[in-house]
Amino acid sequence: MKTFVCIKYVPDTSEAVVKINAGGTAVDSSRFSFDINDADNYAVEEAVLIKEKCGGTVTVLSIGPKESEVMIRMALAKGCDDAIRIEDERIALYDPLMVAKTLAGAIKGQEFDLVLTGCMASDDGQMATGVALAEYLGVPHAAMVKKVEMLDGKVKVQRELEGGLMEVLELELPAVLTIQTGINEPRYAPIRGIRAAQKKELKLVNLDDLGLAASEVDSSASKIVLEKLYIPEVASTAEVIEGSDADEKAEKLASILVKGGLV
Amino acid sequence: MGNVLILAEHRQGAVRDITFEMLAAASGVARDLGGEVVVLLPGSGLDDLAAQIAAYGVKVLVVDDPLLANFNAEKYQLVLGAAIDAYKPSLVMVGHTAQGVDLAPALAVEKDLPFVADVIGLAVEGGVLKATRQLYSGKVNAQVAFKPAETCLVTVREAAFEALEPPGGGAVEKIECPLKEDIAYRQFVEYIEAEVGDVDITQSEILVAVGRGLREEKNMPLVEELAAVIKADLCGSRAAVDAGWLPHDRQVGTSGKTVKPKLYLAVGISGAFQHVAGMKGAKAVVAINKDPDAPIFNVAHYAIVDDLLKVVPKLTEKLKELKG
Ligand SMILES: Cc1cc2nc3c(=O)[nH]c(=O)nc-3n(C[C@H](O)[C@H](O)[C@H](O)COP(=O)(O)OP(=O)(O)OC[C@H]3O[C@@H](n4cnc5c(N)ncnc54)[C@H](O)[C@@H]3O)c2cc1C
Ligand SMILES: Nc1ncnc2c1ncn2[C@@H]1O[C@H](COP(=O)(O)O)[C@@H](O)[C@H]1O
Repeated sequence: MKTFVCIKYVPDTSEAVVKINAGGTAVDSSRFSFDINDADNYAVEEAVLIKEKCGGTVTVLSIGPKESEVMIRMALAKGCDDAIRIEDERIALYDPLMVAKTLAGAIKGQEFDLVLTGCMASDDGQMATGVALAEYLGVPHAAMVKKVEMLDGKVKVQRELEGGLMEVLELELPAVLTIQTGINEPRYAPIRGIRAAQKKELKLVNLDDLGLAASEVDSSASKIVLEKLYIPEVASTAEVIEGSDADEKAEKLASILVKGGLV
Repeated sequence: MGNVLILAEHRQGAVRDITFEMLAAASGVARDLGGEVVVLLPGSGLDDLAAQIAAYGVKVLVVDDPLLANFNAEKYQLVLGAAIDAYKPSLVMVGHTAQGVDLAPALAVEKDLPFVADVIGLAVEGGVLKATRQLYSGKVNAQVAFKPAETCLVTVREAAFEALEPPGGGAVEKIECPLKEDIAYRQFVEYIEAEVGDVDITQSEILVAVGRGLREEKNMPLVEELAAVIKADLCGSRAAVDAGWLPHDRQVGTSGKTVKPKLYLAVGISGAFQHVAGMKGAKAVVAINKDPDAPIFNVAHYAIVDDLLKVVPKLTEKLKELKG
């Protein structure tokens, strides 16, 4: 079993103030902390679980900056075998189709049974890269997978639909699966694995190495134009409960809830 | 041509709301593009569904074939692709749903279509089609323009557009199924219904909802005690369920339950649209979050911006006293 797992290095903006750069087309990410995308963490675990059950190897694939190598080493420490990092500023990263075409360029020509991606990247939330990648590779796919069972020459999966309904389907291998969070319990990297990961191969490539022309994946190839980013106007009508400290705010809220007959 | 082609979405015999929301989103765009709205309805045994959609005053192209009985992304891609070839719409709309995200990106690649995912707004400016989408779970909006093309493709976010009242009229036209035999490489097996748990949170009057902001399972007693004092049931975000703090039947949101309590107390939840979709029907929403820009505050009635680890114990204590 030969598996590729695609992982993305994303900023944690859940508690951060987000500011747009002067040009209006990028977010100032200098103060964010970055880590593996949530869903991709589950994809790595699933790839390692499949390898532990069926044998074979797992190759990590990521388009990202030098700093993301910490994340890649962590995936290697959890049991992935080797990694390819793609770095090339010409790729139109705002367009998931260009990202998918680049990833396909790194996989094409190699034997593989499975490609796992996350179902959504938490930064740009396209939910598109994995399914587009499958089409570029010319193989079947399933999106938002919550269960994987390897069969002979096939994979049986459960796709999570709205309301928690599951769609069970079978795909012929090779195939691409986009992994949904909660499919497994991602492990922590064992100390021994962290040491071993330092010795595993992490290849750095650019578009030329992949045999891709820039004009296939750059902003001229993309059929969309990212015109501007802006902070949306907040339509909040919430009554903000003020107070000198948390205790005072909590007490005020308690009175509001009781007086308003809400509890 | 200027027409907008909508892929109708239905499952287990019912048209899904996104179909009607896309009809609302499409009408303005079709007018600005100088065309009309047409709906493609693939499936099997579709007479009732076709009539329901046609009531919105649009033409419904029905592809009724037993081979299309259950959604199958590969088959639907073939059917939608054939319709694009035949009708050459300027814009194709697919739901940003479990069905749509499994289908649209592959179709975009196959047909080489300009594609924008998860749009919440569409406009035609100076003849150029533009879409609005969101990044960083709603903290940033992006305006994206389509380069000139015969056909553009979008997936449309659920609940981003409000369905209108059906004006009546419309027409149903049966078209031939381009698929002649079953495909082996992807086969539908069955649906498995979501598990039913001990408490049905869709019926709860008061809900205390917990998110990743709680940090660790060992902090669960904080919200459990709060819930006990106000006789609330506990529920949570997907992140809380994925972490194993709560069973799946307590998850609120698109892939969980839709709740409509009298009071919804969101603790450490950021307010991603998939979560908000499940709780915005609550009569009163209280949000406790230390990030003043958290999108949950857009749907809250009362907001506390502070550390929940400090707020929640005090809130529990004070409520106990007042209700005592
Ligand atoms: C197909 C699909 C379906 C999905 N379905 C659902 C669904 O049904 N339901 C759902 O909820 N999500 C769903 N999601 C996931 C959704 O996109 C979000 O990832 C999820 O809702 C985030 O959960 P959260 O708010 O608990 O965590 P986060 O987004 O990480 O937010 C945590 C919040 O806690 C706050 N916080 C942290 N520490 C503290 C503290 N000490 N005091 C106060 N506040 C603090 C932070 O400021 C932050 O706002 C779905 C995603 C996909 C792709
Ligand atoms: N730069 C990248 N490098 C590697 N994988 C990526 C990258 N961007 C997206 N992906 C993969 O595609 C998935 C879905 O991303 P998206 O379509 O942007 O929501 C992610 O979870 C990753 O698995």
